[in-house]
Amino acid sequence: MKYDVCIIGAGITGAMTARKLAKYNVSVCVLEAAGDVAMGATKANSAIVHAGFDAECGTLKAALNVKGCAMMPAETKELDVPYKQCGSLVCAYSDAEIAHLEQLYARGCENGVPDMRIVGGDELRAMEPNISPDAVAALWAPTAGIVCPYELCIAACENAVINGVQFKTNFRVTNITKENGTFAVTDGNEIVYADYLVNAAGVHSDEIAVLAGETDFPMHVIPRRGEYMLLDRSEGKMANHVLFSCPSANGKGILVSPTVDGNLILGPTAKAIDDKDDTATTTDGLMEVQNGARHLVPTVNTRAVITQFSGVRPTPVYADGDITKSDFCIRISETVPGLLHLAGIESPGLASSPATGEYAVELLAKMGLSLTEKSSYTPGRPKKIRFRELSDEERAEVIKQNPLYGKIICRCETVTEGEIVDAIHRPLGARDLDMVKRRTRAGMGRCGSGFCSPRTVEILARELGVPMDTITKCGGNSVILNGGKK
Amino acid sequence: MDAKKIIIIGGGPAGLAAAIEANNQGIAPDDILILERDRELGGILNQCIHAGFGLHMFGEEMTGPEYAGRFIDIVKERNIGYLCNAMVLSVSPDREVAFVSPTEGFCRVKAGAIILAMGCRERTRGALNIAGTRPAGIYSAGTAQRYVNIDGYLPGKKVVILGSGDIGLIMARRLTLEGAKVLRVCELMPYSGGLPRNIAQCLDDFDIPLYLSHTVTEIHGRERVEGVTVAKVGDDRRPIVGTEEYIECDTLLLSVGLLPENELSREAGIALDRITGGAVVDETMQTSIPGVFACGNVLHVHDLVDFVTKEAYRAGAAAAKFVTGETVPGGNIRTGTVLSTEGKNGVRYVMPQKLHADGALSTETALFFRVDNIYRDKYVVLSVDGREITKTKKRFLEPGQMENVRLTDGAIDAIKTGKTVTVSLADA
Ligand SMILES: Cc1cc2nc3c(=O)[nH]c(=O)nc-3n(C[C@H](O)[C@H](O)[C@H](O)COP(=O)(O)OP(=O)(O)OC[C@H]3O[C@@H](n4cnc5c(N)ncnc54)[C@H](O)[C@@H]3O)c2cc1C
Ligand SMILES: Cc1cc2nc3c(=O)[nH]c(=O)nc-3n(C[C@H](O)[C@H](O)[C@H](O)COP(=O)(O)OP(=O)(O)OC[C@H]3O[C@@H](n4cnc5c(N)ncnc54)[C@H](O)[C@@H]3O)c2cc1C
Repeated sequence: MKYDVCIIGAGITGAMTARKLAKYNVSVCVLEAAGDVAMGATKANSAIVHAGFDAECGTLKAALNVKGCAMMPAETKELDVPYKQCGSLVCAYSDAEIAHLEQLYARGCENGVPDMRIVGGDELRAMEPNISPDAVAALWAPTAGIVCPYELCIAACENAVINGVQFKTNFRVTNITKENGTFAVTDGNEIVYADYLVNAAGVHSDEIAVLAGETDFPMHVIPRRGEYMLLDRSEGKMANHVLFSCPSANGKGILVSPTVDGNLILGPTAKAIDDKDDTATTTDGLMEVQNGARHLVPTVNTRAVITQFSGVRPTPVYADGDITKSDFCIRISETVPGLLHLAGIESPGLASSPATGEYAVELLAKMGLSLTEKSSYTPGRPKKIRFRELSDEERAEVIKQNPLYGKIICRCETVTEGEIVDAIHRPLGARDLDMVKRRTRAGMGRCGSGFCSPRTVEILARELGVPMDTITKCGGNSVILNGGKK
Repeated sequence: MDAKKIIIIGGGPAGLAAAIEANNQGIAPDDILILERDRELGGILNQCIHAGFGLHMFGEEMTGPEYAGRFIDIVKERNIGYLCNAMVLSVSPDREVAFVSPTEGFCRVKAGAIILAMGCRERTRGALNIAGTRPAGIYSAGTAQRYVNIDGYLPGKKVVILGSGDIGLIMARRLTLEGAKVLRVCELMPYSGGLPRNIAQCLDDFDIPLYLSHTVTEIHGRERVEGVTVAKVGDDRRPIVGTEEYIECDTLLLSVGLLPENELSREAGIALDRITGGAVVDETMQTSIPGVFACGNVLHVHDLVDFVTKEAYRAGAAAAKFVTGETVPGGNIRTGTVLSTEGKNGVRYVMPQKLHADGALSTETALFFRVDNIYRDKYVVLSVDGREITKTKKRFLEPGQMENVRLTDGAIDAIKTGKTVTVSLADA
């Protein structure tokens, strides 16, 4: 099958690009190595929509971050994704750190970040009663927000699907050739043809560049892992805003933030690793997370932990060492016509993503892709019922319409059978336990899915018409019931 | 739905026994409603197909479903109200219960009295902060038990079990009988948290090694578990560097403790005991909210269901009294002195946490407790305001076994003027 555009990678960058392209009369195919979308850095990050004062002035990163942050409220509303513009605080503990806040403030102003202010200790404590008594001031950025990154990505992909974009998951691109101006992209089994190729392969984007024919690609990716701990809702109120420490030579440091679902997230560490796909956690890393979190919020109860996880940053390292050193590697290929790189997108790639998607469409137009608006375009996605958030009356009503919404499967997160069945039959429907989890939150709670997972396995088997012992946790060989039927 | 005299949350052995006893005390069967979120009554017992239930209650060894069946039969015979697939979402301090069910939809129902019998849940991998990957093949022992005994599937073939709680021990035997290889059971503490009879019958009889003072420090495998690293721990319970050992396996089972399921209670504002994780109750099983009672594993974790049943009888009887207007100490009108109980010198907790001086105390009343370590040849001392009232010699005490001391006439007298009742250990 031949498409106008083929996008490699269904992280937030590829997803937003697909969504923005879906407005036009172009055929688009997204190829994703994993069994689901949002399985790379997009699945495991701090979930912060940064205001935009971190990035060096004049970089693409700065521009896309500030614009993406401004777009996020409308974007999430269209996609029916919970968004909370809670604002962020960078906390200072000394005069030297206050001087640093002033630098960040100046940089933010130049980047165009609105409404920032440096608040003193008293105001900081009024905003954050649990902040360390040693914190003396903070940079307040009210436009920063929090969003569930994989939900945003899934929503953008669902929107792309209903507007005609094709997704192929479990498609790991292993070879790319170009004949007569057409790219042929394959995973060894199937070939997808396209006129334009978008490289949005995250931590593997430098390899895809080489596969696509770049001979002297000026960037390579260093994988840098960040570990996290996610705490129970009982701790969710320990922070009202995103809390950062002052950045140091070691990076932005450990943050403490509420999540849109009411939990508390602590992390990340920053450690260069060898294996780009190694998302294990380590004893030392989890220790560092706890100590870092206590620096900001000394009374945080890290024993209320629900889970730990880690994500890998695609940190770009440039050969020429110029000022774009720390920038995203977004560029039209100079050697391979029709190839666009959205590569090396580390933080704030999530915050920037709606702007990155729009910018990618602009660049494709510049490369010659002809764009006419599609009259049938719809900006949203199929309606999603969140039983947990309904009023009593709405609950009574949805159960009347479909009794499956009266059957709670996940007791920790109050997820009904109706929602799980919907997740299975939606666009890009769930095929395994983790896909159900990311779409419904079933299994995200404090019981660690002990209660709902046998029931969810049963529902998956029933709805997909397969035996229970073929159901996996996350695709591949991750079968839940490894020992066979009794 | 109309208001009910008594609503019972949870249809496990605790909820069932409480309902039956409330009915015995004159509450009409249709004035009682048991709400159970699972598709059947019986609670956790439905998946405990091993024998070992009912020795104390019935003098015979039954399986879990047989034990529960006795009570389910009575509930059904007497037409006591119950609803399965019904999940309680909230309880309000003025005793209104909100629940959902596919048949009834979303309901709010007023209750004269509420009995909390929600049981407990298992501690998870997340709570333990075990480092490593997050593949399939890590289960709590109870989840694995459900897969094997209810769904008929074996979760894995080569199994390491972390934690020597009773469910883990029972599952070591079950998995072995079903053809899996249980490589070892690792226990962080220098002693097992399980019953001695389970260690003998589930591990020793099958030559499954128990490694005390050992823990799992890392999980390996991207998609499915491929192995775990175990290490010996020191007195501080931290892994000792250099003792790590890699064990190839496809499954890690966790049996690392049970937590009373008290989210509903917490949201209702019921006072909870930090140690038991359950409600603070008095001798009638009444919580800090008048007319709300608690019993079974939701109150404190039991090892024997027989004690759950007895506790539930007390809660059911007291709830019946409460709604018929007979006095329940601390009930509608709080009168009489309230004493606190406490555990000392090796006693981790005492339940009930409160006693009423003018309450229904008798020589049948017992104080339940658990010790914090293994002890030999000790006196269990009951004292009121520091004055020793009784002492009983015990050859052997261990954390895995719930103990109790009964009140004597002397103790009841002393309680009338006392403030604090203490259970402690002393050298024999
Ligand atoms: C620890 C950490 C914290 C972060 N915190 C924040 C934050 O708070 N705010 C913020 O804005 N940003 C944050 N980021 C950055 C953000 O997560 C990333 O910028 C963003 O997710 C990148 O999205 P992406 O789509 O470019 O890459 P990815 O999400 O990694 O997606 C790339 C996709 O390409 C697929 N792929 C790779 N190779 C192939 C192949 N050969 N064939 C087919 N498919 C392939 C992968 O499977 C993957 O799904 C953080 C990142 C990390 C790691
Ligand atoms: C694996 C295992 C092995 C055991 N082995 C033995 C043994 O050999 N011998 C022995 O004597 N004892 C044994 N026990 C102990 C004994 O079985 C338990 O202590 C007893 O079952 C606890 O009863 P319960 O009613 O308090 O809790 P449960 O049996 O857990 O019942 C609680 C019920 O409440 C329901 N519920 C919870 N929340 C809600 C809600 N919000 N809305 C509606 N319903 C809700 C649950 O679905 C459940 O059915 C064992 C226990 C376990 C777990």
